[in-house]
Amino acid sequence: MDNQELLELKKNACKVRRYTIEGVFNAKSGHPGGSLSAADIITYLYFKEMNVDPQNPKDPKRDRFVLSKGHCCPALYGALALKGYFPADEIKSLRHIGAMLQGHPDMKHTPGVDMSSGSLGQGISAACGMALAAKYDGSDYRVYAMLGDGECEEGQVWEAAMFAAHNRLDNLCVIVDFNGLQIDGTVSDVAGLEPIDTKFASFGFEVITIDGHDFEQIENALDQAKTVKGKPTAIIAKTVKGKGVSFMENQVGWHGKAPNADEYKIAVEELDAQLKALEA
Amino acid sequence: MMAETKKIATRESFGLALCELAKEHPEIVVLDADLAAATKTDIFKKAYPDRFFDCGIAEGNMIGVAAGLASCGKVPFAASFAMFATGRAYEQVRNSVGYPHLNVKIAGSHAGITVGEDGATHQCCEDLALMRTIPGMVVLNPADHYEMTAAVKAAYEYNGPVYIRLGRLAIESFNDPENYTFEIGKAVTLKDGTDATVIATGLVVNEARKAVQALEEKGMNIRLLNMHTIKPIDKDAVIKAAKETGRIITVEEHNVIGGLGEAVCAITAENCPVPVTRIGVEDTFGHSGPALGLLAEFGLDAAGLEKRITEILK
Repeated sequence: MDNQELLELKKNACKVRRYTIEGVFNAKSGHPGGSLSAADIITYLYFKEMNVDPQNPKDPKRDRFVLSKGHCCPALYGALALKGYFPADEIKSLRHIGAMLQGHPDMKHTPGVDMSSGSLGQGISAACGMALAAKYDGSDYRVYAMLGDGECEEGQVWEAAMFAAHNRLDNLCVIVDFNGLQIDGTVSDVAGLEPIDTKFASFGFEVITIDGHDFEQIENALDQAKTVKGKPTAIIAKTVKGKGVSFMENQVGWHGKAPNADEYKIAVEELDAQLKALEA
Repeated sequence: MMAETKKIATRESFGLALCELAKEHPEIVVLDADLAAATKTDIFKKAYPDRFFDCGIAEGNMIGVAAGLASCGKVPFAASFAMFATGRAYEQVRNSVGYPHLNVKIAGSHAGITVGEDGATHQCCEDLALMRTIPGMVVLNPADHYEMTAAVKAAYEYNGPVYIRLGRLAIESFNDPENYTFEIGKAVTLKDGTDATVIATGLVVNEARKAVQALEEKGMNIRLLNMHTIKPIDKDAVIKAAKETGRIITVEEHNVIGGLGEAVCAITAENCPVPVTRIGVEDTFGHSGPALGLLAEFGLDAAGLEKRITEILK
Protein backbone atom coordinates (compact mmCIF):
# COMPACT_ATOMS: atom_id res chain seq x y z
CA MET A 1 0.00 0.00 0.00
CA ASP A 2 1.15 3.56 -0.57
CA ASN A 3 1.70 6.13 2.14
CA GLN A 4 -1.61 7.83 1.50
CA GLU A 5 -3.51 4.57 1.94
CA LEU A 6 -1.58 3.80 5.09
CA LEU A 7 -2.35 7.22 6.48
CA GLU A 8 -6.06 6.83 5.69
CA LEU A 9 -6.14 3.47 7.44
CA LYS A 10 -4.45 4.91 10.49
CA LYS A 11 -6.92 7.78 10.58
CA ASN A 12 -9.87 5.45 10.22
CA ALA A 13 -8.55 3.17 12.95
CA CYS A 14 -8.26 6.20 15.18
CA LYS A 15 -11.87 7.13 14.44
CA VAL A 16 -12.97 3.54 15.14
CA ARG A 17 -11.24 3.79 18.52
CA ARG A 18 -12.94 7.13 19.13
CA TYR A 19 -16.34 5.57 18.40
CA THR A 20 -15.48 2.66 20.67
CA ILE A 21 -14.78 4.96 23.61
CA GLU A 22 -17.82 7.08 22.86
CA GLY A 23 -20.12 4.05 22.67
CA VAL A 24 -18.85 2.39 25.81
CA PHE A 25 -18.84 5.66 27.75
CA ASN A 26 -22.44 6.45 26.84
CA ALA A 27 -23.50 2.89 27.53
CA LYS A 28 -21.75 3.02 30.90
CA SER A 29 -20.71 -0.57 30.17
CA GLY A 30 -19.11 -2.68 27.47
CA HIS A 31 -15.71 -3.94 26.45
CA PRO A 32 -13.18 -1.30 25.45
CA GLY A 33 -9.96 -3.33 25.91
CA GLY A 34 -10.51 -5.98 23.27
CA SER A 35 -12.25 -3.53 20.95
CA LEU A 36 -9.18 -1.32 20.93
CA SER A 37 -6.83 -4.24 20.35
CA ALA A 38 -8.96 -5.37 17.39
CA ALA A 39 -9.51 -1.91 15.91
CA ASP A 40 -6.65 -1.88 13.40
CA ILE A 41 -7.52 -5.28 11.94
CA ILE A 42 -11.24 -4.51 11.74
CA THR A 43 -10.44 -1.20 10.09
CA TYR A 44 -8.21 -2.87 7.53
CA LEU A 45 -10.87 -5.49 6.78
CA TYR A 46 -13.62 -2.94 6.13
CA PHE A 47 -11.54 -0.26 4.41
CA LYS A 48 -9.10 -2.29 2.37
CA GLU A 49 -9.67 -6.00 2.37
CA MET A 50 -13.30 -6.97 2.08
CA ASN A 51 -15.57 -6.73 -0.91
CA VAL A 52 -18.56 -5.14 0.79
CA ASP A 53 -21.03 -2.41 -0.05
CA PRO A 54 -22.85 -0.54 2.71
CA GLN A 55 -25.59 0.27 0.21
CA ASN A 56 -26.17 -3.43 -0.37
CA PRO A 57 -25.34 -5.09 2.95
CA LYS A 58 -27.08 -8.37 2.07
CA ASP A 59 -25.36 -8.87 -1.30
CA PRO A 60 -25.03 -12.66 -1.58
CA LYS A 61 -21.62 -12.28 -3.22
CA ARG A 62 -20.11 -10.08 -0.50
CA ASP A 63 -17.26 -11.12 1.72
CA ARG A 64 -18.39 -11.98 5.25
CA PHE A 65 -17.02 -10.99 8.61
CA VAL A 66 -17.91 -12.80 11.82
CA LEU A 67 -16.84 -11.16 15.04
CA SER A 68 -16.66 -14.36 17.04
CA LYS A 69 -15.35 -12.33 19.99
CA GLY A 70 -18.69 -10.53 19.85
CA HIS A 71 -18.19 -8.48 23.01
CA CYS A 72 -15.77 -6.32 21.02
CA CYS A 73 -18.59 -5.03 18.84
CA PRO A 74 -17.96 -1.38 19.77
CA ALA A 75 -15.03 -1.50 17.32
CA LEU A 76 -17.14 -3.28 14.71
CA TYR A 77 -19.95 -0.75 15.12
CA GLY A 78 -17.41 2.03 14.78
CA ALA A 79 -16.12 0.60 11.52
CA LEU A 80 -19.64 -0.01 10.18
CA ALA A 81 -20.74 3.52 11.02
CA LEU A 82 -17.62 4.98 9.48
CA LYS A 83 -18.17 2.90 6.38
CA GLY A 84 -21.74 4.19 6.11
CA TYR A 85 -23.88 1.20 7.08
CA PHE A 86 -25.82 3.36 9.53
CA PRO A 87 -25.62 6.88 10.98
CA ALA A 88 -22.84 7.40 13.52
CA ASP A 89 -25.43 8.81 15.94
CA GLU A 90 -26.43 5.23 16.70
CA ILE A 91 -23.14 4.75 18.54
CA LYS A 92 -24.31 6.98 21.38
CA SER A 93 -27.26 4.72 22.11
CA LEU A 94 -25.21 1.52 22.19
CA ARG A 95 -26.69 -0.86 24.78
CA HIS A 96 -29.62 1.45 25.53
CA ILE A 97 -33.22 0.22 25.66
CA GLY A 98 -34.69 0.20 22.17
CA ALA A 99 -31.31 0.80 20.52
CA MET A 100 -30.29 -0.86 17.28
CA LEU A 101 -26.80 -1.51 18.59
CA GLN A 102 -27.00 -4.38 21.05
CA GLY A 103 -24.40 -5.35 23.64
CA HIS A 104 -23.34 -8.14 21.30
CA PRO A 105 -23.77 -8.22 17.49
CA ASP A 106 -27.32 -8.78 16.25
CA MET A 107 -27.56 -9.65 12.57
CA LYS A 108 -31.33 -9.21 12.57
CA HIS A 109 -31.24 -5.53 13.34
CA THR A 110 -27.83 -4.12 12.50
CA PRO A 111 -26.95 -3.57 8.84
CA GLY A 112 -23.53 -4.98 8.06
CA VAL A 113 -23.50 -7.54 10.85
CA ASP A 114 -23.20 -10.90 9.10
CA MET A 115 -23.72 -13.10 12.15
CA SER A 116 -25.13 -12.69 15.62
CA SER A 117 -22.37 -13.59 18.01
CA GLY A 118 -21.11 -13.13 21.50
CA SER A 119 -21.37 -16.55 23.03
CA LEU A 120 -17.71 -17.42 22.65
CA GLY A 121 -16.64 -20.17 20.30
CA GLN A 122 -19.77 -20.04 18.18
CA GLY A 123 -18.86 -17.46 15.56
CA ILE A 124 -16.08 -19.51 14.02
CA SER A 125 -18.51 -22.36 13.40
CA ALA A 126 -20.92 -20.04 11.61
CA ALA A 127 -18.00 -18.71 9.58
CA CYS A 128 -17.23 -22.31 8.57
CA GLY A 129 -20.84 -22.67 7.43
CA MET A 130 -20.57 -19.51 5.34
CA ALA A 131 -17.32 -20.67 3.75
CA LEU A 132 -18.89 -24.05 3.06
CA ALA A 133 -21.88 -22.32 1.43
CA ALA A 134 -19.50 -20.43 -0.87
CA LYS A 135 -17.84 -23.69 -1.88
CA TYR A 136 -21.22 -25.30 -2.41
CA ASP A 137 -22.37 -22.43 -4.62
CA GLY A 138 -19.07 -22.12 -6.45
CA SER A 139 -18.98 -18.53 -5.24
CA ASP A 140 -15.66 -16.80 -4.64
CA TYR A 141 -16.43 -14.66 -1.61
CA ARG A 142 -14.19 -14.96 1.41
CA VAL A 143 -15.08 -15.33 5.06
CA TYR A 144 -13.19 -13.70 7.91
CA ALA A 145 -13.67 -14.69 11.53
CA MET A 146 -12.05 -12.79 14.36
CA LEU A 147 -11.51 -14.67 17.60
CA GLY A 148 -10.16 -13.64 20.94
CA ASP A 149 -7.19 -15.48 22.37
CA GLY A 150 -9.14 -16.28 25.52
CA GLU A 151 -11.99 -17.43 23.29
CA CYS A 152 -9.72 -20.16 21.94
CA GLU A 153 -10.11 -21.90 25.29
CA GLU A 154 -13.60 -22.90 24.10
CA GLY A 155 -13.69 -26.46 22.79
CA GLN A 156 -15.97 -25.46 19.95
CA VAL A 157 -13.17 -23.39 18.40
CA TRP A 158 -11.22 -26.59 17.87
CA GLU A 159 -14.23 -28.52 16.62
CA ALA A 160 -14.60 -25.77 14.04
CA ALA A 161 -10.88 -25.73 13.27
CA MET A 162 -10.97 -29.47 12.58
CA PHE A 163 -14.03 -28.99 10.38
CA ALA A 164 -12.49 -26.10 8.42
CA ALA A 165 -9.31 -27.99 7.60
CA HIS A 166 -11.16 -31.23 6.85
CA ASN A 167 -13.39 -29.44 4.37
CA ARG A 168 -10.43 -27.58 2.85
CA LEU A 169 -12.02 -24.19 3.49
CA ASP A 170 -9.28 -22.07 1.93
CA ASN A 171 -11.80 -19.25 1.64
CA LEU A 172 -11.84 -18.98 5.44
CA CYS A 173 -9.41 -16.75 7.26
CA VAL A 174 -9.39 -16.90 11.05
CA ILE A 175 -7.79 -13.98 12.84
CA VAL A 176 -6.91 -14.38 16.49
CA ASP A 177 -6.68 -11.08 18.31
CA PHE A 178 -3.91 -12.20 20.63
CA ASN A 179 -3.84 -9.46 23.25
CA GLY A 180 -2.81 -11.82 26.01
CA LEU A 181 -5.45 -10.80 28.53
CA GLN A 182 -8.81 -12.16 29.58
CA ILE A 183 -11.22 -11.37 32.39
CA ASP A 184 -9.51 -13.34 35.11
CA GLY A 185 -5.97 -12.34 34.22
CA THR A 186 -3.35 -13.06 31.60
CA VAL A 187 -4.20 -15.83 29.17
CA SER A 188 -1.06 -17.68 30.19
CA ASP A 189 -2.06 -17.54 33.86
CA VAL A 190 -5.68 -18.54 33.31
CA ALA A 191 -5.35 -21.42 30.86
CA GLY A 192 -2.81 -23.43 28.93
CA LEU A 193 -3.64 -22.03 25.52
CA GLU A 194 -0.17 -21.56 24.12
CA PRO A 195 1.46 -22.42 21.83
CA ILE A 196 -1.48 -21.34 19.70
CA ASP A 197 0.36 -21.18 16.35
CA THR A 198 1.38 -24.82 16.37
CA LYS A 199 -2.08 -25.79 17.62
CA PHE A 200 -3.71 -24.25 14.54
CA ALA A 201 -0.95 -25.66 12.33
CA SER A 202 -1.49 -29.16 13.68
CA PHE A 203 -5.21 -28.80 12.98
CA GLY A 204 -4.31 -28.20 9.34
CA PHE A 205 -4.19 -24.42 9.08
CA GLU A 206 -1.69 -22.22 7.34
CA VAL A 207 -0.48 -20.05 10.22
CA ILE A 208 0.86 -16.52 9.97
CA THR A 209 1.95 -14.56 13.02
CA ILE A 210 1.96 -10.79 12.82
CA ASP A 211 1.92 -7.56 14.76
CA GLY A 212 -1.80 -6.80 14.70
CA HIS A 213 -1.23 -3.06 14.82
CA ASP A 214 1.06 -2.92 11.78
CA PHE A 215 -1.05 -2.34 8.67
CA GLU A 216 1.64 -3.57 6.31
CA GLN A 217 1.92 -6.83 8.19
CA ILE A 218 -1.88 -7.12 8.27
CA GLU A 219 -1.99 -6.58 4.52
CA ASN A 220 0.78 -9.05 3.79
CA ALA A 221 -0.83 -11.72 5.93
CA LEU A 222 -4.28 -11.30 4.39
CA ASP A 223 -2.77 -11.28 0.89
CA GLN A 224 -0.81 -14.41 1.67
CA ALA A 225 -3.96 -16.08 3.01
CA LYS A 226 -5.61 -15.60 -0.37
CA THR A 227 -2.85 -17.55 -2.08
CA VAL A 228 -3.19 -20.55 0.23
CA LYS A 229 -5.06 -23.37 -1.47
CA GLY A 230 -6.71 -26.40 0.09
CA LYS A 231 -6.59 -25.25 3.68
CA PRO A 232 -7.79 -22.41 5.87
CA THR A 233 -5.50 -19.74 7.26
CA ALA A 234 -5.10 -18.60 10.85
CA ILE A 235 -3.50 -15.23 11.45
CA ILE A 236 -2.20 -14.88 14.98
CA ALA A 237 -2.22 -11.15 15.50
CA LYS A 238 -0.16 -10.06 18.47
CA THR A 239 -1.91 -7.00 19.85
CA VAL A 240 -2.07 -4.73 22.84
CA LYS A 241 -5.30 -4.77 24.79
CA GLY A 242 -6.58 -1.23 25.15
CA LYS A 243 -4.32 -0.01 22.31
CA GLY A 244 -4.44 3.72 21.70
CA VAL A 245 -5.63 4.82 25.14
CA SER A 246 -2.59 5.02 27.40
CA PHE A 247 -4.18 4.05 30.68
CA MET A 248 -6.10 1.14 29.17
CA GLU A 249 -3.13 -0.49 27.47
CA ASN A 250 -2.25 -3.93 28.80
CA GLN A 251 -4.61 -3.56 31.74
CA VAL A 252 -6.83 -6.54 32.57
CA GLY A 253 -9.27 -4.23 34.33
CA TRP A 254 -10.29 -2.57 31.06
CA HIS A 255 -11.65 -5.77 29.56
CA GLY A 256 -15.24 -4.99 30.43
CA LYS A 257 -15.49 -1.59 32.08
CA ALA A 258 -16.61 1.80 30.86
CA PRO A 259 -14.53 4.90 31.54
CA ASN A 260 -15.93 7.48 33.94
CA ALA A 261 -16.26 11.10 32.83
CA ASP A 262 -12.68 12.01 33.72
CA GLU A 263 -11.26 8.92 32.08
CA TYR A 264 -13.45 9.49 29.03
CA LYS A 265 -12.08 13.00 28.69
CA ILE A 266 -8.48 11.80 28.81
CA ALA A 267 -9.15 8.96 26.34
CA VAL A 268 -10.84 11.27 23.87
CA GLU A 269 -8.08 13.86 24.17
CA GLU A 270 -5.47 11.22 23.48
CA LEU A 271 -7.30 9.82 20.46
CA ASP A 272 -8.07 13.29 19.11
CA ALA A 273 -4.41 14.19 19.45
CA GLN A 274 -3.43 11.04 17.55
CA LEU A 275 -5.90 11.89 14.79
CA LYS A 276 -4.72 15.48 14.65
CA ALA A 277 -1.12 14.33 14.33
CA LEU A 278 -2.10 12.03 11.46
CA GLU A 279 -4.00 14.81 9.74
CA ALA A 280 -1.16 17.26 10.10
CA MET B 1 -58.68 -48.57 9.59
CA MET B 2 -55.02 -49.41 9.39
CA ALA B 3 -53.61 -47.84 6.27
CA GLU B 4 -50.32 -49.63 6.41
CA THR B 5 -49.20 -52.66 8.35
CA LYS B 6 -45.48 -52.49 7.62
CA LYS B 7 -43.63 -50.95 10.54
CA ILE B 8 -41.25 -48.09 9.93
CA ALA B 9 -39.33 -45.85 12.33
CA THR B 10 -39.93 -42.13 11.97
CA ARG B 11 -36.15 -41.63 11.62
CA GLU B 12 -36.33 -43.64 8.41
CA SER B 13 -39.38 -41.72 7.24
CA PHE B 14 -37.34 -38.58 7.88
CA GLY B 15 -34.42 -39.78 5.74
CA LEU B 16 -36.74 -40.76 2.90
CA ALA B 17 -38.64 -37.47 3.08
CA LEU B 18 -35.42 -35.48 2.89
CA CYS B 19 -34.44 -37.28 -0.31
CA GLU B 20 -37.79 -36.59 -1.84
CA LEU B 21 -37.72 -32.89 -0.97
CA ALA B 22 -34.12 -32.49 -2.08
CA LYS B 23 -35.02 -33.41 -5.65
CA GLU B 24 -36.71 -30.08 -6.19
CA HIS B 25 -34.83 -27.93 -3.72
CA PRO B 26 -31.09 -27.68 -4.31
CA GLU B 27 -30.70 -25.34 -1.32
CA ILE B 28 -31.39 -28.26 1.03
CA VAL B 29 -28.21 -29.61 2.58
CA VAL B 30 -27.86 -32.16 5.35
CA LEU B 31 -25.44 -32.25 8.25
CA ASP B 32 -24.83 -35.07 10.67
CA ALA B 33 -22.49 -35.76 13.57
CA ASP B 34 -21.25 -39.27 12.86
CA LEU B 35 -24.68 -40.81 13.29
CA ALA B 36 -25.89 -40.89 9.69
CA ALA B 37 -26.56 -44.61 9.83
CA ALA B 38 -28.67 -44.12 12.95
CA THR B 39 -30.48 -40.88 12.14
CA LYS B 40 -31.04 -42.22 8.61
CA THR B 41 -29.52 -39.22 6.93
CA ASP B 42 -27.39 -41.88 5.26
CA ILE B 43 -30.31 -42.34 2.86
CA PHE B 44 -29.79 -38.73 1.80
CA LYS B 45 -26.01 -39.09 1.83
CA LYS B 46 -26.24 -41.95 -0.64
CA ALA B 47 -28.52 -40.02 -2.98
CA TYR B 48 -26.80 -36.64 -2.63
CA PRO B 49 -23.21 -37.12 -1.48
CA ASP B 50 -22.26 -33.57 -2.48
CA ARG B 51 -24.97 -32.09 -0.32
CA PHE B 52 -24.18 -34.08 2.78
CA PHE B 53 -21.62 -32.93 5.34
CA ASP B 54 -20.50 -35.12 8.17
CA CYS B 55 -19.33 -32.87 10.96
CA GLY B 56 -17.92 -35.67 13.06
CA ILE B 57 -18.67 -36.05 16.74
CA ALA B 58 -18.90 -32.31 17.33
CA GLU B 59 -22.54 -31.29 17.66
CA GLY B 60 -21.92 -27.75 18.84
CA ASN B 61 -19.90 -26.96 15.74
CA MET B 62 -22.47 -28.70 13.54
CA ILE B 63 -25.22 -26.37 14.73
CA GLY B 64 -22.99 -23.35 14.15
CA VAL B 65 -22.07 -24.53 10.67
CA ALA B 66 -25.78 -24.97 9.96
CA ALA B 67 -26.37 -21.38 11.11
CA GLY B 68 -23.68 -20.11 8.76
CA LEU B 69 -25.08 -22.10 5.85
CA ALA B 70 -28.57 -20.76 6.56
CA SER B 71 -27.26 -17.18 6.66
CA CYS B 72 -26.08 -17.77 3.08
CA GLY B 73 -29.45 -19.02 1.84
CA LYS B 74 -29.09 -22.74 2.31
CA VAL B 75 -31.71 -24.79 4.15
CA PRO B 76 -29.68 -27.09 6.38
CA PHE B 77 -31.16 -30.08 8.17
CA ALA B 78 -28.81 -30.96 11.02
CA ALA B 79 -29.32 -34.35 12.60
CA SER B 80 -28.01 -36.15 15.64
CA PHE B 81 -29.48 -37.98 18.59
CA ALA B 82 -32.02 -35.82 20.42
CA MET B 83 -29.77 -35.95 23.46
CA PHE B 84 -26.89 -34.25 21.69
CA ALA B 85 -28.72 -32.06 19.18
CA THR B 86 -30.83 -30.41 21.88
CA GLY B 87 -28.91 -31.18 25.06
CA ARG B 88 -25.23 -30.87 24.35
CA ALA B 89 -25.77 -28.25 21.66
CA TYR B 90 -28.58 -26.41 23.46
CA GLU B 91 -26.72 -23.17 23.72
CA GLN B 92 -25.59 -23.25 20.10
CA VAL B 93 -29.18 -23.84 19.06
CA ARG B 94 -30.31 -21.01 21.30
CA ASN B 95 -27.70 -18.41 20.34
CA SER B 96 -26.56 -19.30 16.82
CA VAL B 97 -29.92 -20.44 15.43
CA GLY B 98 -32.75 -19.26 17.70
CA TYR B 99 -31.64 -15.71 18.44
CA PRO B 100 -31.00 -14.78 14.77
CA HIS B 101 -34.06 -16.87 13.80
CA LEU B 102 -32.10 -18.66 11.10
CA ASN B 103 -33.66 -21.15 8.76
CA VAL B 104 -32.11 -24.25 10.31
CA LYS B 105 -33.98 -27.53 10.82
CA ILE B 106 -32.73 -29.65 13.69
CA ALA B 107 -33.62 -33.31 13.79
CA GLY B 108 -33.26 -35.22 17.05
CA SER B 109 -33.37 -38.94 16.62
CA HIS B 110 -33.48 -41.67 19.26
CA ALA B 111 -35.74 -39.55 21.42
CA GLY B 112 -37.47 -40.92 24.49
CA ILE B 113 -37.09 -44.23 26.29
CA THR B 114 -37.67 -46.32 23.17
CA VAL B 115 -33.99 -45.91 22.38
CA GLY B 116 -33.97 -49.12 24.37
CA GLU B 117 -30.81 -50.99 25.26
CA ASP B 118 -28.43 -48.01 25.11
CA GLY B 119 -29.99 -46.80 28.33
CA ALA B 120 -30.39 -43.53 30.16
CA THR B 121 -27.44 -41.57 28.74
CA HIS B 122 -29.00 -41.78 25.29
CA GLN B 123 -32.70 -41.74 26.18
CA CYS B 124 -33.54 -38.08 25.83
CA CYS B 125 -36.77 -37.22 27.62
CA GLU B 126 -36.00 -33.51 27.85
CA ASP B 127 -35.68 -32.40 24.23
CA LEU B 128 -39.18 -31.02 23.84
CA ALA B 129 -38.78 -29.02 27.04
CA LEU B 130 -35.43 -27.60 25.96
CA MET B 131 -36.53 -26.67 22.46
CA ARG B 132 -39.84 -25.10 23.42
CA THR B 133 -38.13 -22.59 25.69
CA ILE B 134 -36.34 -21.01 22.73
CA PRO B 135 -38.28 -18.04 21.33
CA GLY B 136 -39.47 -18.59 17.77
CA MET B 137 -38.59 -22.27 17.67
CA VAL B 138 -41.16 -24.58 16.08
CA VAL B 139 -41.24 -27.98 17.79
CA LEU B 140 -42.66 -30.97 15.90
CA ASN B 141 -43.18 -34.50 17.15
CA PRO B 142 -44.72 -36.61 14.35
CA ALA B 143 -46.44 -39.85 15.24
CA ASP B 144 -45.99 -42.08 12.21
CA HIS B 145 -44.51 -42.41 8.75
CA TYR B 146 -47.07 -40.29 6.94
CA GLU B 147 -47.02 -37.57 9.52
CA MET B 148 -43.22 -37.44 9.50
CA THR B 149 -43.17 -37.21 5.72
CA ALA B 150 -45.58 -34.29 5.83
CA ALA B 151 -43.81 -32.67 8.79
CA VAL B 152 -40.44 -32.62 7.03
CA LYS B 153 -42.06 -30.87 4.08
CA ALA B 154 -43.81 -28.40 6.37
CA ALA B 155 -40.57 -27.74 8.23
CA TYR B 156 -38.87 -26.96 4.92
CA GLU B 157 -41.68 -24.64 3.86
CA TYR B 158 -41.58 -22.75 7.15
CA ASN B 159 -38.95 -20.01 7.14
CA GLY B 160 -37.28 -20.25 10.53
CA PRO B 161 -35.85 -22.69 13.04
CA VAL B 162 -37.64 -26.00 13.53
CA TYR B 163 -36.93 -28.93 15.80
CA ILE B 164 -38.23 -32.32 14.66
CA ARG B 165 -38.25 -35.28 17.01
CA LEU B 166 -37.47 -38.67 15.46
CA GLY B 167 -37.90 -42.10 16.97
CA ARG B 168 -35.65 -45.12 16.73
CA LEU B 169 -38.34 -47.79 17.08
CA ALA B 170 -40.14 -49.13 14.01
CA ILE B 171 -43.83 -48.42 14.49
CA GLU B 172 -47.12 -48.95 12.71
CA SER B 173 -48.49 -46.22 10.49
CA PHE B 174 -52.06 -45.38 11.47
CA ASN B 175 -52.73 -42.24 9.46
CA ASP B 176 -54.48 -42.65 6.15
CA PRO B 177 -52.13 -41.25 3.47
CA GLU B 178 -55.09 -40.50 1.18
CA ASN B 179 -56.78 -38.11 3.57
CA TYR B 180 -53.96 -36.91 5.76
CA THR B 181 -53.08 -33.22 5.93
CA PHE B 182 -50.45 -31.66 8.15
CA GLU B 183 -50.43 -28.09 9.32
CA ILE B 184 -47.90 -26.74 11.81
CA GLY B 185 -49.74 -25.81 14.99
CA LYS B 186 -52.94 -27.63 14.14
CA ALA B 187 -53.87 -30.69 16.23
CA VAL B 188 -55.45 -33.67 14.50
CA THR B 189 -58.65 -35.04 16.02
CA LEU B 190 -58.28 -38.78 15.72
CA LYS B 191 -61.50 -39.53 17.53
CA ASP B 192 -64.29 -37.39 18.89
CA GLY B 193 -65.68 -37.93 22.35
CA THR B 194 -67.36 -36.20 25.28
CA ASP B 195 -66.26 -37.89 28.53
CA ALA B 196 -62.67 -36.69 28.49
CA THR B 197 -59.89 -35.78 26.06
CA VAL B 198 -56.61 -37.59 25.65
CA ILE B 199 -53.96 -35.42 24.04
CA ALA B 200 -51.01 -37.45 22.85
CA THR B 201 -47.86 -36.69 20.90
CA GLY B 202 -45.30 -38.63 18.89
CA LEU B 203 -44.65 -42.30 19.12
CA VAL B 204 -47.25 -42.90 21.84
CA VAL B 205 -50.16 -41.48 19.82
CA ASN B 206 -50.81 -44.89 18.34
CA GLU B 207 -50.68 -46.48 21.79
CA ALA B 208 -53.17 -43.92 23.04
CA ARG B 209 -55.32 -44.55 19.98
CA LYS B 210 -55.52 -48.25 20.79
CA ALA B 211 -56.23 -47.55 24.46
CA VAL B 212 -59.02 -45.11 23.65
CA GLN B 213 -60.54 -47.57 21.18
CA ALA B 214 -60.52 -50.34 23.78
CA LEU B 215 -62.15 -48.00 26.30
CA GLU B 216 -64.81 -47.06 23.75
CA GLU B 217 -65.83 -50.70 23.67
CA LYS B 218 -66.18 -50.49 27.46
CA GLY B 219 -68.52 -47.56 27.12
CA MET B 220 -66.12 -44.65 27.63
CA ASN B 221 -66.48 -41.94 25.02
CA ILE B 222 -63.04 -40.28 24.90
CA ARG B 223 -61.79 -37.66 22.48
CA LEU B 224 -58.28 -38.17 21.13
CA LEU B 225 -56.10 -35.38 19.82
CA ASN B 226 -52.78 -35.93 18.10
CA MET B 227 -50.70 -32.92 19.10
CA HIS B 228 -47.88 -33.23 16.56
CA THR B 229 -46.84 -29.62 17.10
CA ILE B 230 -45.64 -28.90 20.62
CA LYS B 231 -44.92 -25.30 19.68
CA PRO B 232 -46.82 -23.32 18.56
CA ILE B 233 -49.32 -25.58 20.30
CA ASP B 234 -52.93 -25.67 19.12
CA LYS B 235 -54.40 -23.56 21.92
CA ASP B 236 -57.89 -23.53 20.41
CA ALA B 237 -58.08 -27.31 20.27
CA VAL B 238 -57.02 -27.55 23.92
CA ILE B 239 -59.53 -24.93 25.10
CA LYS B 240 -62.28 -26.57 23.06
CA ALA B 241 -61.45 -29.96 24.56
CA ALA B 242 -61.43 -28.49 28.06
CA LYS B 243 -64.79 -26.81 27.55
CA GLU B 244 -66.51 -29.70 25.82
CA THR B 245 -65.10 -32.67 27.75
CA GLY B 246 -64.11 -31.13 31.10
CA ARG B 247 -61.15 -33.44 31.64
CA ILE B 248 -57.79 -33.78 29.92
CA ILE B 249 -55.13 -36.44 30.02
CA THR B 250 -51.83 -35.88 28.21
CA VAL B 251 -49.61 -38.68 26.97
CA GLU B 252 -45.98 -38.23 25.95
CA GLU B 253 -42.76 -40.23 25.80
CA HIS B 254 -41.00 -37.39 27.57
CA ASN B 255 -40.52 -36.10 31.07
CA VAL B 256 -43.83 -34.85 32.45
CA ILE B 257 -41.87 -31.71 33.29
CA GLY B 258 -41.57 -29.26 30.43
CA GLY B 259 -43.22 -31.15 27.61
CA LEU B 260 -46.70 -31.52 26.16
CA GLY B 261 -48.36 -31.98 29.55
CA GLU B 262 -47.15 -28.71 30.98
CA ALA B 263 -47.86 -26.87 27.74
CA VAL B 264 -51.47 -28.09 27.95
CA CYS B 265 -51.67 -27.22 31.66
CA ALA B 266 -50.59 -23.66 30.94
CA ILE B 267 -53.39 -23.25 28.42
CA THR B 268 -56.11 -24.73 30.61
CA ALA B 269 -54.94 -22.87 33.72
CA GLU B 270 -55.06 -19.54 31.93
CA ASN B 271 -58.19 -20.09 29.87
CA CYS B 272 -60.43 -22.84 31.11
CA PRO B 273 -59.26 -24.60 34.27
CA VAL B 274 -60.15 -28.29 34.19
CA PRO B 275 -58.35 -31.24 35.79
CA VAL B 276 -55.37 -32.33 33.70
CA THR B 277 -53.36 -35.48 34.32
CA ARG B 278 -49.94 -35.77 32.72
CA ILE B 279 -48.88 -39.25 31.69
CA GLY B 280 -45.24 -39.56 30.69
CA VAL B 281 -41.84 -40.23 32.15
CA GLU B 282 -42.21 -39.28 35.81
CA ASP B 283 -39.16 -37.06 36.31
CA THR B 284 -36.82 -40.02 36.23
CA PHE B 285 -34.08 -41.39 34.00
CA GLY B 286 -34.69 -44.40 31.81
CA HIS B 287 -32.58 -47.51 31.75
CA SER B 288 -31.52 -50.34 29.44
CA GLY B 289 -33.94 -52.83 28.04
CA PRO B 290 -35.88 -53.65 24.89
CA ALA B 291 -37.87 -50.65 23.66
CA LEU B 292 -41.28 -52.29 23.88
CA GLY B 293 -40.49 -53.67 27.32
CA LEU B 294 -39.57 -50.18 28.51
CA LEU B 295 -42.69 -48.68 26.97
CA ALA B 296 -44.76 -51.20 28.97
CA GLU B 297 -42.73 -50.67 32.13
CA PHE B 298 -43.26 -46.91 31.95
CA GLY B 299 -46.97 -47.46 31.37
CA LEU B 300 -46.89 -45.88 27.94
CA ASP B 301 -48.04 -48.84 25.85
CA ALA B 302 -51.70 -49.32 24.93
CA ALA B 303 -52.41 -51.69 27.83
CA GLY B 304 -50.73 -49.44 30.37
CA LEU B 305 -52.52 -46.37 29.06
CA GLU B 306 -55.88 -48.13 29.07
CA LYS B 307 -55.39 -49.09 32.71
CA ARG B 308 -54.18 -45.65 33.76
CA ILE B 309 -56.90 -43.75 31.90
CA THR B 310 -59.52 -46.01 33.45
CA GLU B 311 -58.16 -45.23 36.93
CA ILE B 312 -58.01 -41.49 36.24
CA LEU B 313 -61.58 -41.35 34.96
CA LYS B 314 -63.08 -43.51 37.73
